[in-house]
Amino acid sequence: MAYSEKLLEHFKHPKNVGTLDKSKKSVGTGLVGAPECGDVMRLQIEVDDATQIIKDAKFKTFGCGSAIASSSLATEWLKGKSVDEALTIDNMAIVEELALPPVKIHCSVLAEDAIKGAIKDYKEKNNIVESKS
Amino acid sequence: MSVKRIYLDNNATTPCDPRVVEAMLPFFYEMPGNAASRNHPFGWEAEEGVNQARQQIADLLDVDTKEVIFTSGATESDNLALKGVFEMYARKGNHIITLQTEHKAVLDSCKRIEKMGGEVTYLPVNRDGLVDLNELEAAITDKTILISVMWANNETGVIQPMKEIGDICAKHGVLFMSDATQAVGKIKTHPKKVGIHLMAFSAHKMYGPKGVGGLYVSRKNPRVKVTAQIDGGGHERGMRSGTLNVPGIVGLGKAAEIARLEMAEEAQRLSRLRDMLQKGLMDRLEECYVNGNEDHRMPHVTNISFKHVEGEGLMMTFNQDIAVSSGSACTSASLEPSYVLMALGLGDDLAHSSLRLSLGRFTKEEDIDYAIDAIAAGVNHMRDLSPIWEMYKEGVDLEKVVWTEH
Ligand SMILES: Cc1ncc(COP(=O)(O)O)c(C=O)c1O
Ligand code: FES
Repeated sequence: MAYSEKLLEHFKHPKNVGTLDKSKKSVGTGLVGAPECGDVMRLQIEVDDATQIIKDAKFKTFGCGSAIASSSLATEWLKGKSVDEALTIDNMAIVEELALPPVKIHCSVLAEDAIKGAIKDYKEKNNIVESKS
Repeated sequence: MSVKRIYLDNNATTPCDPRVVEAMLPFFYEMPGNAASRNHPFGWEAEEGVNQARQQIADLLDVDTKEVIFTSGATESDNLALKGVFEMYARKGNHIITLQTEHKAVLDSCKRIEKMGGEVTYLPVNRDGLVDLNELEAAITDKTILISVMWANNETGVIQPMKEIGDICAKHGVLFMSDATQAVGKIKTHPKKVGIHLMAFSAHKMYGPKGVGGLYVSRKNPRVKVTAQIDGGGHERGMRSGTLNVPGIVGLGKAAEIARLEMAEEAQRLSRLRDMLQKGLMDRLEECYVNGNEDHRMPHVTNISFKHVEGEGLMMTFNQDIAVSSGSACTSASLEPSYVLMALGLGDDLAHSSLRLSLGRFTKEEDIDYAIDAIAAGVNHMRDLSPIWEMYKEGVDLEKVVWTEH
């Protein structure tokens, strides 16, 4: 099974690898997966308090190439978006962008879960009540 | 940049040796006969090719030519041996003993036998992959007809104590079958010396072509019979019908001859390169673990877990240049990590983190140097990306983290 150029690029030269200070109020952390399952994804966002814009995003992922590329792409997409816009990122968009094969769809789900987890953590820290949609 | 193609996946399949290809070629066009055609030179030539191959295999295994049955490969040989014995010896008993670390060809044949009314004991193995001989003997009942233990494991290279198992089988009057696919042609595999009565092997694991293999079936002390699983023209003394794959069989024979002549020296060369590879990686990287017993192991295989790195992702860092395998679940459709490594008692995490490196006849020393650099760089790259490596480095107890399994 050959992977797409975009996927390989994100895998070989992943964007936004790293760690944000999770003790900061402006930082939200999503940690999903488990070592036993062969995949753990940690995705973090740093939000500008005033504008609610995500000014930085970082990730670290233990997993297959598709999981790593999905998280790298997710962090790229997150930067510059508002928190509420970020919530609309859907795993199928990741599948499409990276041309993930069907067996790798769950790797993109993991990325979506990690985004949601990071936003939830940020909102909880800042006592932002989930807006009903 | 020139692309390297280093093949360290010889347990999956080996390249066909050019000398084997050369021996096979005339049997496609110049000598196209059916080995069963008794009435013209085309048939005789084909039969002669098959006879010579049978002799070459018999020489390699130190058995009689009449004890060699040609099949389409080890999967078929395993099926024939297990189901064939189960059916043939139904009056004696219905119990078979095997190991949890066997190849699927054995395990799934056993599953089928259970559906047909048989009873199968799947013995666990020790942490090093070896069977516990006391447990094996204790599992024998008055219904046991067959013990099936692979000679060498395909994932770890671990070699089981064949002679000891053969002695136990002899003591209890139980037939002994071995899937020797990974051992034949690479180390000495003389079934009679260790008390094996049926032994499966495959050409494409010993530098022969794919789609051809064989089954050794003892003809004396005891005379073993198996019920045919494929019905038809009664080829191979009635045990395996179907027009013989003459070029394939000729290739298997040539592969056996080359193996017999070169095995001793080749095993030495390979174990030196394998040790170089293993040591090179272990010296450069922390938190690596070799899976399986290192003293009872095939000379060309090493299986290593690189902690906190996922195997498939790791392979992707170098798979344009270097081919290897992993026990990671991400490489399998089932999303389960290697059952062989799990049977050794590795946690899921270490099973996910494993690479199987299997060298072969065409592996060169410079390939090993290159592989050490590339794999070590890959592990470091993946660890830089790994949140659990970071946590481990910070002293976080990973056992205590609450994970959200999905
Ligand atoms: C131990 C073992 N048994 C059986 C087989 C199946 O052999 P074949 O591909 O010839 O059917 C293999 C190869 O995958 C093997 O490694
Ligand atoms: S993380 Fe396991 S398949 Fe992607």
